[in-house]
Amino acid sequence: MAFDSFAEFLAMGTHAPYVWSAYGLSFAIILWNVLQPWLVRRRWLKEQVAQLKRDAREVRKS
Amino acid sequence: MWKAIWDYVQRTVSPRHFYDIGGQWLPWLWAVAGVLLTVGAVWGLAYAPPDYQQGNSYRIIFIHVPAASIAMGGYVLMATCGLISLVWKVKTAEMVARSVAAIGAWFCLIALFTGAVWGKPTWGTYWVWDARLTSMLILLFLYLGVLGLYSAYESAASAGKAAAILALVGVVNLPIIKYSVEWWNTLHQGSTFVATARPTMPPEMYLPLIVMFFGCYAFFGAAVIARTRNEIVQRERRTQWVKDIVRKESAHGI
Repeated sequence: MAFDSFAEFLAMGTHAPYVWSAYGLSFAIILWNVLQPWLVRRRWLKEQVAQLKRDAREVRKS
Repeated sequence: MWKAIWDYVQRTVSPRHFYDIGGQWLPWLWAVAGVLLTVGAVWGLAYAPPDYQQGNSYRIIFIHVPAASIAMGGYVLMATCGLISLVWKVKTAEMVARSVAAIGAWFCLIALFTGAVWGKPTWGTYWVWDARLTSMLILLFLYLGVLGLYSAYESAASAGKAAAILALVGVVNLPIIKYSVEWWNTLHQGSTFVATARPTMPPEMYLPLIVMFFGCYAFFGAAVIARTRNEIVQRERRTQWVKDIVRKESAHGI
């Protein structure tokens, strides 16, 4: 451990705003890039399932 | 014989094959990325010693350098895929190029932002218009231009062609970024790592950096594969194999 206490760790010497904003934004971007493909896939699957159901109904009607 | 080899290559790089193999790799890549990024970040933030000149602000290096490396390496990958899609009309390459453009742009933004907030306590300014910073900003604009071209066309094929050409033209920017710190006087420091020399940092500092490097590359790989697989099923939605996937997944309940 390079710091004596948790408070000192948070303070990062006098560099807290720089270090934490850099890590914070990077974390947010990384999190978004995990969520994005997952959300897209889920939405796409829902659409395709709805499409399949529509197609099945069409077939039954005709 | 050449025909057999060509057929084999075609099969291997088919979107369907990429989808299957990518699906097998994905959980492992996400897991490796998660573990390495967590270990690397905690190590770099809490356990690595402070720098004798910069104090604690240097801890930004653990994201800044890997992110910049991915922004540049991703660009090379995107341009290479663009070339492959132009010359050999490989659909998968076109789709990979598009995913790389999106992720590369994000990493370029990370590199620029972390660089700016590192610059303030170290150089006394967030931004200077020097060679390294300016060429890196141009890299972000190139990424955004490529992404813009992808969404500007109705047809995926023309979009892919236009984006690939812009990506290839933009490759001239890469050596400028790489050598900007040697060719011009700049505030930006020289390379931290050179493949042919011993690192100038002590191991307590460069080991977490290496962990973050591998973590970022694993993450980049996972994110690119995940996006490309989405792109594949969108474009191939009328094919039987994609319809089978929809049926199978919907049977599990979404």
